[in-house]
Amino acid sequence: MTVPYAKDFAQKLLFDMLRIRRMEEKCAELYGEQKIRGFLHLYIGEEACAVGALHALAAEDNIVATYREHGHALVRGVSMNAIMAEMFGKSAGCSSGRGGSMHLFDAATRFFGGNAIVGGGLPLAAGFALADKLQGKQRVTACFFGEGAMAEGAFHESMNLAALWQLPVLFCCENNLYAMGTALARSEAQTDLCAKAGSYGVPTLKADGMDIVAVHEAMKLAARHVRDGLGPFFLELQTYRFRAHSMFDPELYRDKAEVEEWKTRGPLHTFSARLKAEGKLTEEEFLALDAQANAEVQASVDFAEAAPWEPVEDLLKDVHTP
Amino acid sequence: MKMTYREAIRQAMHEALAADPRVFLMGEDVGKYGGTYACSKGFLEEFGPERIRDTPLSELGFVGAGIGAALGGLRPIVEVMTVNFSLLALDQIVNTAAALRHMSGGQFSVPLVLRMATGAGRQLAAQHSHSLENWYAHIPGIKVLAPATIADARGMLGPALADPDPVVIFEHAQLYNLECELPGDWQCDIASAALRRAGTDISLITYGGSLPKALAAADQLAAESINVEVIDLRVLRPLDTATIAASLRKTHKAVVVDEGWKSGSLAAEVMARILEDCFFDLDAPVARVCSEEVPIPYAKHMEEAALPQVPKIVAAVKQVLGK
Repeated sequence: MTVPYAKDFAQKLLFDMLRIRRMEEKCAELYGEQKIRGFLHLYIGEEACAVGALHALAAEDNIVATYREHGHALVRGVSMNAIMAEMFGKSAGCSSGRGGSMHLFDAATRFFGGNAIVGGGLPLAAGFALADKLQGKQRVTACFFGEGAMAEGAFHESMNLAALWQLPVLFCCENNLYAMGTALARSEAQTDLCAKAGSYGVPTLKADGMDIVAVHEAMKLAARHVRDGLGPFFLELQTYRFRAHSMFDPELYRDKAEVEEWKTRGPLHTFSARLKAEGKLTEEEFLALDAQANAEVQASVDFAEAAPWEPVEDLLKDVHTP
Repeated sequence: MKMTYREAIRQAMHEALAADPRVFLMGEDVGKYGGTYACSKGFLEEFGPERIRDTPLSELGFVGAGIGAALGGLRPIVEVMTVNFSLLALDQIVNTAAALRHMSGGQFSVPLVLRMATGAGRQLAAQHSHSLENWYAHIPGIKVLAPATIADARGMLGPALADPDPVVIFEHAQLYNLECELPGDWQCDIASAALRRAGTDISLITYGGSLPKALAAADQLAAESINVEVIDLRVLRPLDTATIAASLRKTHKAVVVDEGWKSGSLAAEVMARILEDCFFDLDAPVARVCSEEVPIPYAKHMEEAALPQVPKIVAAVKQVLGK
């Protein structure tokens, strides 16, 4: 299928995927250097999901994400400096260094985390949507979660509330096939996620999460449905994470051959190849975009390195509203 | 004006709903049924189903939705039928409502009010009778209130809704039928403990459903010329240690009465603070009357035996006084 976008927008999508990829590759390196600590969950391989999806949303929409949310935060408009500084634990970070990799937040872009309880964001998203509905706001709340969350009670309770009250919430499941190390078929009696969500009477759609065009088009359709006041929508993006679950994962649960097979469908090289074939990207342009992404990453690392540590005297700040 | 505790809660909610369109009530059977304890009787007809919102039996879901709605600009009052059921929502309360402000670096406050019934005394056995106020009082990021009087039932909701952070209100199920005069000055803060009876010989420190028992014990002891001071904690987090210390500096002796189980109880926290702040004021070891360490039993005589009761409080006071 031809990429149905003008050159500028197509390159913008590619560039955002590159920014996530280069930022996270650097994060892995910095983790090795112990500049970044705690848990670090990389999104590498899944970039088409966040980029395709978030570019289908409006500035006034709400975003609720998981602990694998660096990409979502970045594409949403949180600066790479603020994300990197957060991972360094600096007060210049987007959560003032109190959250870290798993808890990126940003009021200005309506980015509501950064939730590290699997399924924890879903009831919250229903609540945002309820507030919007009661206040007559035509806003979409997009809630991202993995397929692992669909085993949680929170998924069922939230789907039921959203369907029962016809709330403007877009449930976006990034199905990367593994809940940490547990394959979908080893944890779910019903592996057809759309069937599961559809049992609440919510319209559903599956899309190839490795294909940014498929993601973007599906998300546009889903967002329109929700924005038009037609109630909740469930979108499944079928994707794959190329890296380990976190930096502590020896990956005993999947074959290397399976990973390699999925890598052939990697969203970056497949999309750039398509753009080149369609004359929407030259190798020089690609290299320039990549260099720009790398420069942004390096600048963010310099920013995070140079940022001061918050004084320990501030420890009890922000537990309560002053 | 004489009124019941239930009516005081009802009036407080009514006032809030009428005054602020952002306020809405959500929970199991708050609408058509009129509230499990009839605290929202007639509200559905008056305010409509959008603002008096019956929920499915999904404590985790609707408490989480309350948090989201609070973040989204509303002022939800979420009613959870009892503290026992609130355990199904504990994840959202502890991991999200209480933590969100801090882990977002102060960007988001959660102006949520959670109301729930607590406590034993109605032969409802081991899944409807527990007092877990201390679990909540352990968590930084939330405030925990225990209105024990008609005035506090009437007065605490307003400041709780005005608070930008999550507030949990515990209503002891035995108090709903309590009836007495609503004082003119029922308006109150949600920061301080209250002196309910002034005395000089010993401080009885308590909260919630144990307050009437402590006051009854104080009456009984007065007949034996023992002059008891009764402190009602009212606010279980943050604790008003100053009021406790002021009382101890006067009486030099204390008994803490708490319907929670003794191990890891709120009483234990109060005693620890007394030791930290008032050790040199003490004339005797501090004692406590808590629930026995058993899931609350059904049989009436067994349930009564499990809970703090007036004779136990009287005995504890006499023991501390060496009488």
